Amino acid sequence: MSIDSTQNHINPVRPDPSTGSGLKADVEGWAGFDKLSPNGIKNSSNSINNCLLEVSDLQVAYGGIQAVKGISLQIAPGELVALIGSNGAGKSTTLKTLAGLLQPVSGEIQYDGNSLKNIAAHQRVSMGIALVPEGRGVFARLTVAENLQMGAYSRNDKSEIASDLVRMYELFPRLAERKDQLAGTLSGGEQQMVAMARALMSRPRLLMLDEPSMGLAPLMVKKIFETISDIAAQGMSILLVEQNAKLALQVAQRGYVMESGAITLSDEAKELLGSEAVQRAYLGG
Amino acid sequence: MEIFLQQIINGLVQGSVYALVALGYTMVYGILGLINFAHGEVVMVGAMLALSALTAMLGWGVPPLLALLLSVGLAMAGCMALGYSIERIAYRPLRHAPRLAPLITAIGVSIVLQNLAMMIWGRQYHSFPTLFATSSHVIGGAIINDIQIAIVILAVLIMAGLMVVVHRTRLGRAMRAVAENQHSAQLMGVDVNRVISITFMLGSALAAIAGLMVSANYGLAHYYMGFLLGLKAFTAAVLGGIGNLRGAMLGGLLLGLIESLGTGYIGDLTGGFLGSNYQDVFAFFVLIAVLVFRPSGLLGERIAERA
Repeated sequence: MSIDSTQNHINPVRPDPSTGSGLKADVEGWAGFDKLSPNGIKNSSNSINNCLLEVSDLQVAYGGIQAVKGISLQIAPGELVALIGSNGAGKSTTLKTLAGLLQPVSGEIQYDGNSLKNIAAHQRVSMGIALVPEGRGVFARLTVAENLQMGAYSRNDKSEIASDLVRMYELFPRLAERKDQLAGTLSGGEQQMVAMARALMSRPRLLMLDEPSMGLAPLMVKKIFETISDIAAQGMSILLVEQNAKLALQVAQRGYVMESGAITLSDEAKELLGSEAVQRAYLGG
Repeated sequence: MEIFLQQIINGLVQGSVYALVALGYTMVYGILGLINFAHGEVVMVGAMLALSALTAMLGWGVPPLLALLLSVGLAMAGCMALGYSIERIAYRPLRHAPRLAPLITAIGVSIVLQNLAMMIWGRQYHSFPTLFATSSHVIGGAIINDIQIAIVILAVLIMAGLMVVVHRTRLGRAMRAVAENQHSAQLMGVDVNRVISITFMLGSALAAIAGLMVSANYGLAHYYMGFLLGLKAFTAAVLGGIGNLRGAMLGGLLLGLIESLGTGYIGDLTGGFLGSNYQDVFAFFVLIAVLVFRPSGLLGERIAERA
């Protein structure tokens, strides 16, 4: 595919470095999410391969230890990508760096064709990058409604915010019942809902989820993953970090396997689910 | 009975000032976990600035009410700039340092400000000019004057306004979010540094008003006035539960009342052995008692974040 800055139609591609055969258009899914994306789609800034996010050779050191040792990954618009690996593999560090909470030692992060170098975490939110952090990070002393309003902090389209709020309560009816309760009084699963709804309130184009299943009862995990699938089906680009590899690969289109700071495998999610190496290491088979 | 009522009135007036200053301590503590020991000096600078401006303007023949309003505005602006600068220069570089470092820095800033004030305004007491003919009112045998009434009313209005800002506005929500979890706040798009700066500026504006109130009430201002006042307001913040806004207000008023009633009755209670010159001792009894028996303060309970 050639670089064509005048092209005006949407042609997102699913890059697949392992097979080189990922030139699949995904027009419907991405366009379907248009209603949640206030800025529309920036066609002018298409990078060569139409990635929404492209990470190259990223290295991050964390408290003197090199936690991420030169990883590369891509996410196409509308894609749900899983990043799996055991505890301490560097998955959370990767997400925090993408969100701007940690500074990389070296490497490049391209988002929507622009470098994220020197862009602070709070500025990345209005660019459309949202992270639901590990442990959820809800504001325990704010009410559920206030937590969701915080999610819309970077926006100033008041009426749209109000209608998004209604939509979130439809997506998570449990939160509607508890909207005036302090978030700290909710159960872990409900807090995960708050964290996700809060992230969605910023109208992200890239949603990053860090261990959404952690510490939740099986039934709640199921509910959260159904919601992730729903959001993905509407065309949201999602980067999902999970220790629960099986669950993550079941909902994802592609997956990366991370081991002690490096990406060791990447493939279609189906292939990874069936792969013997992944089975042995992460799926307990 | 007259003495009792009089001490209640004095306590409320003094307590209103403590509450305004305590709010500055508690807001900064809530958001940074830092005890800004320089806050008392900001109160002093506010009083000095207002007094200098007031005296100058009266000398130029500016009408008293206008001069007062302009002086308050100037003192607030000056203190906001000072509060912003203190945070930016002294505390921000130490944001991730061990807790002891910013604490010692705070004491250092306090000493620097005291000495600067001494160089600018001298060691002498400055008297507060008479602006209006104020009258005193007798209620049940106790006396309250117009200035004291104004102090209490103004303090209540300011505190109500602050509560509205903190609990009903986007800025207030951001402040509470930053106080609770800076990382999460950043992930919401909050510019944490900006919110911290605004918090310092808000606290300093309150300090400026408090400084003016103290100097109007006692008719005096002095480069050293911020030290004891700051310590007492800090005690008030701890009494109410540091980090808690309602606590700072409650703690301020309570401390004012305790101090005033204690001073009023200490002579009778000790058979004249101790007199009202021991008035400063009560605040520190309270501080020690709170730290021993209820370190989290009266309203300082926190909701545990669930795992």
